[in-house]
Amino acid sequence: MSLQEYRGVMVVAEQKNNKIHSTTYELLNWGRGLADKLDCGLYCAVLGNNVQELDELIFRGADRVYHVSSPCLENFLARPYAAALARLVEEEKPEIVVAAATTTGRTIMPMAAARLETGLTADCTGLDIDPVERILLQTRPAIGGNIMATIKTPFTRPQMATVRPRSARQAARDTARRGEIVAKHYDGALFSTPENFLAFVKDTTQDVNIQDADIIVAGGKGMKNREGFKLVEELASLLGAGVGASRDAVDLGWVPYSHQVGLSGKTVAPKIYIALGISGKIQHLAGMQTSEYIVAVNKDPEAQIFKVADLGIVGDALEVVPQLIDQLKSIKANA
Amino acid sequence: MKIMVFIKQVPGTDNVKMNPETGTMVRTGSNNVINPLDENALEEALSIKRQVQDAVVTAISMGPLSARKALNEAIALGADAGVLLSSRAFAGSDTIATARVLSAAVRKLGGADLVLCGERATDGETGQTGPMIAEMLGLPVITFVKRIQMNGDRAVVERMVENGFERVEVPFPFLATVIKDINEPSFPTLAGKLRAGKAEVPVWGPVELGLDNGKLGLAGSPTRVVKVFSPKLARNTRLLKQDGSGQAVRELLKVLREKEVI
Ligand SMILES: Cc1cc2nc3c(=O)[nH]c(=O)nc-3n(C[C@H](O)[C@H](O)[C@H](O)COP(=O)(O)OP(=O)(O)OC[C@H]3O[C@@H](n4cnc5c(N)ncnc54)[C@H](O)[C@@H]3O)c2cc1C
Ligand SMILES: Cc1cc2nc3c(=O)[nH]c(=O)nc-3n(C[C@H](O)[C@H](O)[C@H](O)COP(=O)(O)OP(=O)(O)OC[C@H]3O[C@@H](n4cnc5c(N)ncnc54)[C@H](O)[C@@H]3O)c2cc1C
Repeated sequence: MSLQEYRGVMVVAEQKNNKIHSTTYELLNWGRGLADKLDCGLYCAVLGNNVQELDELIFRGADRVYHVSSPCLENFLARPYAAALARLVEEEKPEIVVAAATTTGRTIMPMAAARLETGLTADCTGLDIDPVERILLQTRPAIGGNIMATIKTPFTRPQMATVRPRSARQAARDTARRGEIVAKHYDGALFSTPENFLAFVKDTTQDVNIQDADIIVAGGKGMKNREGFKLVEELASLLGAGVGASRDAVDLGWVPYSHQVGLSGKTVAPKIYIALGISGKIQHLAGMQTSEYIVAVNKDPEAQIFKVADLGIVGDALEVVPQLIDQLKSIKANA
Repeated sequence: MKIMVFIKQVPGTDNVKMNPETGTMVRTGSNNVINPLDENALEEALSIKRQVQDAVVTAISMGPLSARKALNEAIALGADAGVLLSSRAFAGSDTIATARVLSAAVRKLGGADLVLCGERATDGETGQTGPMIAEMLGLPVITFVKRIQMNGDRAVVERMVENGFERVEVPFPFLATVIKDINEPSFPTLAGKLRAGKAEVPVWGPVELGLDNGKLGLAGSPTRVVKVFSPKLARNTRLLKQDGSGQAVRELLKVLREKEVI
């Protein structure tokens, strides 16, 4: 393969129900930075069925939008989506392809990389260009957040990466920006697969998907029992926050697994993470330590969680949280 | 029905050492365990085996010879057979090079009706291996699976997504990567342990798998780890005591106000 044939940065839009998800704007922010350093174009690949409002992708930094549209892409199925992505990459030959490390990105990117026989780096929190080699430097946490690794794909193209949602800001919107929208229609055979999409069932225990939340209030075993954990939920609801939990809180049945933060749960990076009665074992930290601002309440001054906290309160969460709830209620009442 | 489960041996403690020159992991071999989600994958295979006739569950692992221990554990838990994929040529494999070896093993075993993987392993944690194997075998793949319901020649599968779950109907053969929600792994039985003690676990290398060395190990891996470093954990922590004065809560409210939360 001739590496010089490959030019441009492509980001893969994240969509749900054929509407662009805001994670895409984070990807465009990453992509714009890389494209400017490489002095090349930024492309946005949209896979779906008649996805609307593609202009927005141009306002957010894309020079060209490729929309692969087909009724076969109405709902997510791994093979048709991966096949569409691989075909588009084969045709347009970008040097870099970046997608979000979501359930979609983490499924179709490895399939496309296997088909294209190129390297893929998972769940990056940093992307940069080596100015000498003009090569992508991909930095990611591994081993439960114990180490960071920087990875290159030197010999094959494209260089592929998934990036962790919320590891960059959303690209700014500039309605004066101009770009091109290119419709791609592929033969139905490309999408053929034997499985049938039956239904999407919304998780009703999750008012706020914690991976989308700006604020997360999380509780651990220190909340003592299900009653105590209700304080976590009450505080979250007052702040419009998502509810997170340590594994112990989940294992004790106080809250469903979908709320678990950490190595074997979800990775989150909200603007504010409030940890209540959580010790801060490395497996929990792995899921939240890149949060912008961390508050911890724990009665043990030596608790590990304080090592990653910006603001720590040494005290009984079962007293601190009710006080906080009262104050917030009176602030709301006076507003 | 042929069910194959991929099992990775991972370090059991937080103490993982890296070779700073090659950027690959150094395993001391002492305290290794089956990757937790692979235990869920195996449990699911065994549960399906109980529901259908003539199912055979084969556990497959790529790793050093010491990974035989993981396969013995899998047999003790109820797997019918184990296969170890081991060779110097496999060392330093990234996910694509790993998937080449693992998919070749499925082919050598004459294909599978169901292939199960963990959604991710606790050390490399890329979660890429399963979808790559599926692509190489040309199998449909369902990731993040929390439920598999058998229905004759097909299954109804539930996969967790960001704000709920999706239900998909898929005929066999297919590959699924499973998450913790899917089941509770059980413990090995005495009979299982006895069987494991006697079980022959074949060891296959590139020759047995018919693989070209150029596509394997570090040489066959498109990615290179160029630097490994410790994450910056420390922040400038401001530590306050809850002393009954209400000052700690006031400070917290101040922060929430500064951050425009309230
Ligand atoms: C392979 C593996 C994967 C794992 N994955 C995860 C994961 O994804 N997520 C996860 O969270 N864990 C995970 N764990 C488990 C992890 O190691 C810890 O066991 C777990 O995070 C502990 O939960 P906790 O902090 O709620 O409980 P504990 O460690 O028991 O901590 C409770 C804390 O509450 C404090 N406390 C007690 N009472 C009060 C009070 N009244 N007010 C204030 N503070 C109080 C205590 O001082 C203590 O610090 C994993 C472990 C392994 C081995
Ligand atoms: C710090 C670090 C970072 C890395 N980053 C990357 C990267 O970004 N991209 C990349 O391509 N490689 C990367 N690697 C290499 C990668 O870890 C290895 O290729 C490894 O073989 C796959 O491991 P994983 O933990 O990512 O597996 P995952 O893909 O997370 O494992 C998923 C499932 O696949 C199966 N499986 C995986 N490996 C085996 C095995 N050896 N035997 C049997 N079943 C298995 C299991 O069912 C497992 O549950 C990295 C390695 C290190 C040390």
